[in-house]
Order: sequence, then C-alpha cells, then structure tokens
Amino acid sequence: MNYQFNWSVLWSGQSGGWLLHGLLLTLAISVLAWVLAAVLGIVSGAMRTVPWKPLRVIATFYVEFFRNVPLLVWMFFWYFGVPPLLPRVVQDWLFNHSAEFWAGMFALGVYHGARMSEIIRAGILSIPRTQFEAAVAMGLTTFQVYRLIIVPIALRLIVPPATNDSLNLLKNSSVALTISVAELTFQARQVETYTAKAIEALTAGTVIYLVLCLGIAAIMTRVERRFAIPGLIARGG
Amino acid sequence: MAPPAIEFKSVSKWFGTHQVLTDIDLAIAPGEVVVVCGPSGSGKSTLIRCVNGLEPFQRGDLVVLGESIGRPGVSMSALRTRVGMVFQSFNLFPHMTVLENITLAPVRVRGLSAAEAEKTARTLLERVRIPDKAENYPANLSGGQQQRVAIARALAMQPKIMLFDEPTSALDPEMINEVLDVMTDLAKEGMTMMVVTHEMGFARRVAHRVVFMDAGRVVEEATPEVFFAAAKSDRAKDFLSKILSH
Repeated sequence: MNYQFNWSVLWSGQSGGWLLHGLLLTLAISVLAWVLAAVLGIVSGAMRTVPWKPLRVIATFYVEFFRNVPLLVWMFFWYFGVPPLLPRVVQDWLFNHSAEFWAGMFALGVYHGARMSEIIRAGILSIPRTQFEAAVAMGLTTFQVYRLIIVPIALRLIVPPATNDSLNLLKNSSVALTISVAELTFQARQVETYTAKAIEALTAGTVIYLVLCLGIAAIMTRVERRFAIPGLIARGG
Repeated sequence: MAPPAIEFKSVSKWFGTHQVLTDIDLAIAPGEVVVVCGPSGSGKSTLIRCVNGLEPFQRGDLVVLGESIGRPGVSMSALRTRVGMVFQSFNLFPHMTVLENITLAPVRVRGLSAAEAEKTARTLLERVRIPDKAENYPANLSGGQQQRVAIARALAMQPKIMLFDEPTSALDPEMINEVLDVMTDLAKEGMTMMVVTHEMGFARRVAHRVVFMDAGRVVEEATPEVFFAAAKSDRAKDFLSKILSH
C-alpha cells in the first residue's frame, strides 16, 4: 500500500469552511424537513384513525402515495418537475432563493411525513378504545380528545421508532446533493475533488454524521425518560 | 310527578344482524337508583352505554334529561356534560396526574378557570376519601383508588345522572367496598344512578329498583326486597341462585 494519509487537508485551505457550511446546511434542511414531517405525520396519522371515512381516505392516499415512491424521485420531481408549473414570478423568486434547498426540504419532509404517519398511527392503535370513550363521555369533542389525550399518549409511546426515522431523515438529507444542495455529503465530495484525498474527506463526513446521529439519539433518550408514562414497563439504565 | 330523568321507549339495537336490545321500555325517575343485572351477554352494558350515546341504537327513542337522543342533530357533547360515566377499567388518562384528570373536562368543556377547577377537584377528592393523592399518576394508585378518582372525575362536571358500568368488576375483593361506599354516599345525596353490577349486596342496600335483563330484554323489574325474596321469572331465579350461592 502506498497511500499517503494527509489529514491536514481537512483544515488547510477551504476544506474546513466547506465542511462547516455543509454541516449547517444539513442541519437546516433536516430540521425544517423534520418539522414538516412531524406535522404531516401527526395530522395524517391521527386522521387515519378517526371515525369519519373521508378523512381516513385522504390520509391513506397521502401515506401510500408518498412512501411508495423513492426519495430520489421525489427530489427530482420537486426540483425539476414542479417549478415549471408555477407562475413565472414565483419561479424567478425561487431560483434566486435556493430553489434546490426548498425542493429538497419539501421532498424530504413529505416523504418522511408519510413514514412518520404510520408510526403515529401504530401508537394511536395501541391505546385502548376505552380511553377514547372515557374522554368523549366527559363531553370532550373528538378533536379535543385527539389533541388532549390520544395524540399526547401516542407521542410518548412512539419515541423509539420516531427517533429511528428521524435519524433516517437526517441521513437521507444527503440525497439532496443530487439536486445540488451543498449539504455535508456534497461538501465532503468537494473536499475530495479538490484535495484528491478521498479517505480523509469521506472519513470527515462519516464522523460528522455519526456524531450528529449519536447526539440526537442521546437527546431522544432523555426525552423518552422525561415523558415516559408512569406505569408502563419501566425502562432500565 | 316529575318527568323521568331517563326514558327508554321501545329501544332496539342490533350489532349487524344480531339483536342485542329488544323493545326496551324503562323509565328512571330523578333521584332514583336503579341496578341493572343479568348474565353476561344479556345487554346490560349496551343498555347503559346507550344513555350517553356511546352506543347508537336503531329503533325506538331514548329521552335523557328531556332530550331525545335518537334524533340526528342532538349535541352529544352537551348531553354528556350532564351524564357522568364510570367504567369497569377506570380509564384514567395515564399521562396526567389525578388532579389533571379531574380538572380536564371542567376547564376544557365548561370553561372553568384552572384555579376554580382545582378547588372543586380537591373537594371531590376529599369526598372520595383520597385527598392526598392529587399529585399522583394513576399508575401509582391501587385499583380502588383509581376507580374513586374516576368517580370524582365524573362528578367534577356536576352531572345530573351517573352511569356505572360494572365499576367493581376489575377490583380485588378488599377494594370493592371502598368504591361501593362512595357510590352509596352518592345515592344518599339524591343522585340519579344507573348501575350495572353483580354486587347484589349493594343492590339490596342502595337500589330503589332492580332491573333484570336476559338476552337483550328486560325480563323483570322490581324493588330489591321483592326481587331477592320472590323473583318471578325462572331466568332471574336461576341467575340469583348462581350469583348468591358463591
């Protein structure tokens, strides 16, 4: 083996700045997409369990449509497909304001929203029906029951699988490089291109993703403990 | 005579093709305590669940506190604020403290301030004899305590009618009495109560009337004295011999 490691390429020249920008953009697109996914997931997941068919049909359509198309296709769809359909002014505005970022964020959000929806639905289905009955028997409306009882309980139950999918979302944000969002993977490859040091550049990317994900997992573990429902199987450690 | 608090008029109900209630005619006066008993599958829980609209029925009419609930357009939420219900499985909300469980509906439905609702809740907890459990979560209470909280939670809405659907069936024997005692107090205060239960001692002591159901019909109704001493129907006699012999 005659590969010469040179880790200093990561902090000499522009590399450090690129990686930092990539990290910030990855965080920005992931956080916004996560918020979108959470809102879509909670609303559609809850809608799929309500005793009113039209709402269930709409939510089912959303989930089945968006989770069954590859994320990459969605990225292309929102970036190349949708803008030409918009009015000229909107198109111009978008392409002056990082259209690729918004298209990528949107694709990521709706795709993971559909996955989150199923997780929320599973959480809701694990709540005994009698909880719902007890709540409506006190005069609460169906909407209030969902907002105050059903969704808060479901959210506490689904922290582990939701964390799983949140990490997937963060990692899937790298797909946005295909529509030229200069996120972390994009920047790691740029470092590689400029320095011809593939191992160093990609190791940097790998380590940053790993630290981010482990950090999020650690935070979610605390959230899980903080909001655990007393009386359910106690968790150790 | 005051109009009945609850009046079933030829109420029939089907689950699919299976008829679970057949021509139920039953009137319950304000302040009356009626115990509904019968073998399992006789339709007694279904009957009581019709009163606050948890079960829809297909034929007949049911008038609760002057409102016919069989008709479309009746606001069930409004009616339910005046009809409290206690379930076999307690159904406290596990993510809320006892106090939050009791104040939820008064604040969200009746629009009370948090302070007012809390004051009422603490008074009710005194009344069900667990004033020191306000900050606990349901999981940290015994079954009997949870059921008493459930009663307090229902009372917090100041209902005119209380429905009890097998309130002691999920309890250990030594906890049954603490719940029955609270229910007895409530009956003495003049609450209109409809109670599905197998606690025949409670029926004997507290009920004004016992309704015996079998196969979706009201087979017999009588005062507890008459019912326990001289049930008319064979099915009631058979039921009583089984339930009283153990």
